[in-house]
Amino acid sequence: MVPPERATTEGEPALWRDAGLVAGKDLRVEARSRVATNQVVPFALLVLILFAFALDPDRGILGRAAPGLFWVTVLFSAVLAIQRSFAIEADDDARDALRLSGLDGAGIFLGKAAAVALQLLALEAVLAVGVAVLYGVSLRGGGLLILICLLATAGIAASGIVYGVVAAGLRVSDTLLPLLVLPVLAPVLLAATRASEAALATVPGDAWPWVRLLAVFATIYTVFGVVAFGPLLEEA
Amino acid sequence: MDLIVRLRSAVSLLGRFPALAGVDLDVARGETVLLHGPNGAGKSTLLRCCAGLVAIGSGECEVLGHDLRGDRRAVRRRVGLLGHSSFLYDDLTVEDNLRFAARAAGCPVAAAGEAMARLGLDGRLRQVRVGRLSAGQRRRTAIATVVARRPELWLLDEPHAGLDADGRDLLDAIVAEAVGGGATVLLASHELERATGLATRQLLVAGGRVVDGRLGQPAGEAPPSTDGASGAGDHRGRAGVVA
Repeated sequence: MVPPERATTEGEPALWRDAGLVAGKDLRVEARSRVATNQVVPFALLVLILFAFALDPDRGILGRAAPGLFWVTVLFSAVLAIQRSFAIEADDDARDALRLSGLDGAGIFLGKAAAVALQLLALEAVLAVGVAVLYGVSLRGGGLLILICLLATAGIAASGIVYGVVAAGLRVSDTLLPLLVLPVLAPVLLAATRASEAALATVPGDAWPWVRLLAVFATIYTVFGVVAFGPLLEEA
Repeated sequence: MDLIVRLRSAVSLLGRFPALAGVDLDVARGETVLLHGPNGAGKSTLLRCCAGLVAIGSGECEVLGHDLRGDRRAVRRRVGLLGHSSFLYDDLTVEDNLRFAARAAGCPVAAAGEAMARLGLDGRLRQVRVGRLSAGQRRRTAIATVVARRPELWLLDEPHAGLDADGRDLLDAIVAEAVGGGATVLLASHELERATGLATRQLLVAGGRVVDGRLGQPAGEAPPSTDGASGAGDHRGRAGVVA
């Protein structure tokens, strides 16, 4: 049984190995608990429906505002997904287990961000159908829309995990997280909305400046998270 | 002598309270050291310090050759901590939890299967979610995660708690096997009758200090009694020791 013979990680950088391990664990937890499926997705669809009620009967407004309403709904749902990502570490001191595991902090960050991003991308696919059906929006500019979704989601997930670990160690984390995250995500909301409007209007030239902003935001928070997540987890 | 744990005047603060108030402790490779003492004496904090979970405020702390004042993370993959909490994910199955623990520690996935078999978790319990286990089964799973990690230093906090008679015998056998394989064990227990049989040395922890913790040091007097302290939340009884 002991002393140990450690499995070699030669040929597989520890960072990516750890990220894959954490992402797999978080997604497996969600697959077994079905919180995202049974609570986050219905919540997001409910928000879309409530917007439709609030702005009806003028469906013209709904159509024009659809990109903004879509991304506001994604942001609200993202807060739930981020909170859930850290709630699973709070059960029975599992966060200590994560620290004890010896996994690299950057790897944990990338893994948790990837898991949240994948869940959000799946949610966005469902919401896109919802927007098309409820708001009567024709989903044109598919390739550009997909790029916008990828970059915006990466930024939301990376920044959300950074602020999630800051809030995780506090007793008021559930209420504090939205206050921390939503203002930070204002540039993502603005850029994703403007870029989506341009894509839907098939004027891609107007979208690229906003797409670049999304890319810069995602890059900054990914780099910051890779560097800072480990020390932040120690303090959580 | 190959020291696995070496603490000198180690102080650890929980908030402003010194949970460890100047600990001197040597543990040599292959030893099984039993820590005993009243509630709130600092036993659990000492184990968590050795696991790199609690920071050392002042003094020296080396575990498995790593200076924990510098980088507490370096030692974690080489130790296994069995604490009061199970450190398990309720929504994952027993097998999921063990595979994650083994792979995170850099051990082969087969170690998870071996640990399940050793703890009697390889039957119908294998695919049961941890949240649905009984307290005893949960404790066995927590022990299995330590076994699956194949640690060099075992840190066991009240390891017999929550186990039935068979489970206790099994745990004793597992600890003996680990020591036979070259591991070192530091355990804290109130069940002295049970734990004494495992230990090669016993140390009293009181008032955030270890009495006679250094190897070859003659027995001395215990620090002021802290019997009045009743649990981790009651630290008033120890404040005078440090002052």
